Amino acid sequence: MSTVLPVIQAEPAVRAVVDFDEKLRRHGLELRAATLDTLQVNVGKLCNQMCKHCHVDAGPKRTEIMTPETVNQVIDAIRQFRIPTVDITGGAPELNPSFRYLVRAARALGSQVMVRHNLTVMFQPSQTDLPEFFRQHQVEVVSSLPYFLEQQTDAQRGHGVFQKSIIALRRLNAAGYGIENGGPVLNLVYNPVGAFLPPPQKSIEADFRRELMERYGISFNQLFTITNMPIKRFLDYLRRSGNEERYMRKLVEAFNPATVDSLMCRNLVSVDWTGRLYDCDFNQMLGLGVAPEVPQTIADFNPEKFARRRIMTGRHCFGCTAGAGSSCGGAIASA
Amino acid sequence: MSYYEEDQLERFSELGKHRPDLFEKFMAWYQACQEDGALSRREKALIGLAVAHVLQCPYCIDAFSLSCLEAGSNMEQMTEAIHMASAIRGGAALIHGLQAHNSVSKVSM
Repeated sequence: MSTVLPVIQAEPAVRAVVDFDEKLRRHGLELRAATLDTLQVNVGKLCNQMCKHCHVDAGPKRTEIMTPETVNQVIDAIRQFRIPTVDITGGAPELNPSFRYLVRAARALGSQVMVRHNLTVMFQPSQTDLPEFFRQHQVEVVSSLPYFLEQQTDAQRGHGVFQKSIIALRRLNAAGYGIENGGPVLNLVYNPVGAFLPPPQKSIEADFRRELMERYGISFNQLFTITNMPIKRFLDYLRRSGNEERYMRKLVEAFNPATVDSLMCRNLVSVDWTGRLYDCDFNQMLGLGVAPEVPQTIADFNPEKFARRRIMTGRHCFGCTAGAGSSCGGAIASA
Repeated sequence: MSYYEEDQLERFSELGKHRPDLFEKFMAWYQACQEDGALSRREKALIGLAVAHVLQCPYCIDAFSLSCLEAGSNMEQMTEAIHMASAIRGGAALIHGLQAHNSVSKVSM
């Protein structure tokens, strides 16, 4: 049945199969790593925002920050193994004092660099030049904007975030970002503002493109739809609001085997602020490290040992396989 | 205890216990109606939400509210759909006022 409009159930509610590996086995699938193309570096949990859906539990009072020594180990790995893409995230990664050093080093080594930029960090002291810094180093910017209206955005990301985000997006546009002429790339991220799945990516992207241009004169390259993961702060919300069981059931029922080949964990390794390695940023936040048979830290990292490794899974993995699927680059299959 | 229980929406398939052939036919029709066609899934979800309000079916309102969100609609659009349905329902009531006028005319001097 349709996973987009599961209005009524053709089958009895699925309560039994909540083990992700078991679900894969039932579909004759196995989740193993493919070619590594991205090192996702979480440089710390410090953030100027406290978003209600944040899977990192990031915020202004978090003190976990990647040290310069660990940043150098990351740079050594990028140099040694010529990693094509470095995806820098947080928290607000710009608040790590070594952030710009890491960006410069990764670009100098020839890696494509993308930064998960929350837009409002641009208004923090000594961060106002970020658009120019990003442009100078040809950084690809990926920014969350859960909706093109203020009410929904502020409900998820905090009071006043929408208006600041609009100003920040205009500054990025003024710096040449998101103009669609081969210039630097500005991609936006849509997260549902609540306990439901994202709409089809192409359809909501068209809405964002039309509305942001008509209302605010803002342009961007692509919109990525990302499913909220049932972990950390979003899980707290699900529990508080009585939505946990229904949301989990929805994710399980919407399991789409066509997403498995394209799951981001197959081509990515995630490193945390201490240098430990994970199959994705969500596993990182759950403390679910890479399989014990492969090296556990960036200091010992070796892509050859990570090839074909067993991916560690949990019930949150249903978030990446539901409907059109979900990854840091948005939807990955047809719903 | 309420006559309407939220979890009954998830138990809908129990209606297929008797005459499953009819239930299966209904499900096939119901699902087919909601696929993209000349109208998009989003438009169909808004129609579903509007009709659900006219029917005042709490199951349908729950289900189609979620469907509208997952099809990318926002509260402004959903509220407009609800007003549209309600206005037609209100108009349909109001036009019957002419029946009353006619009745009154018939017995009045």
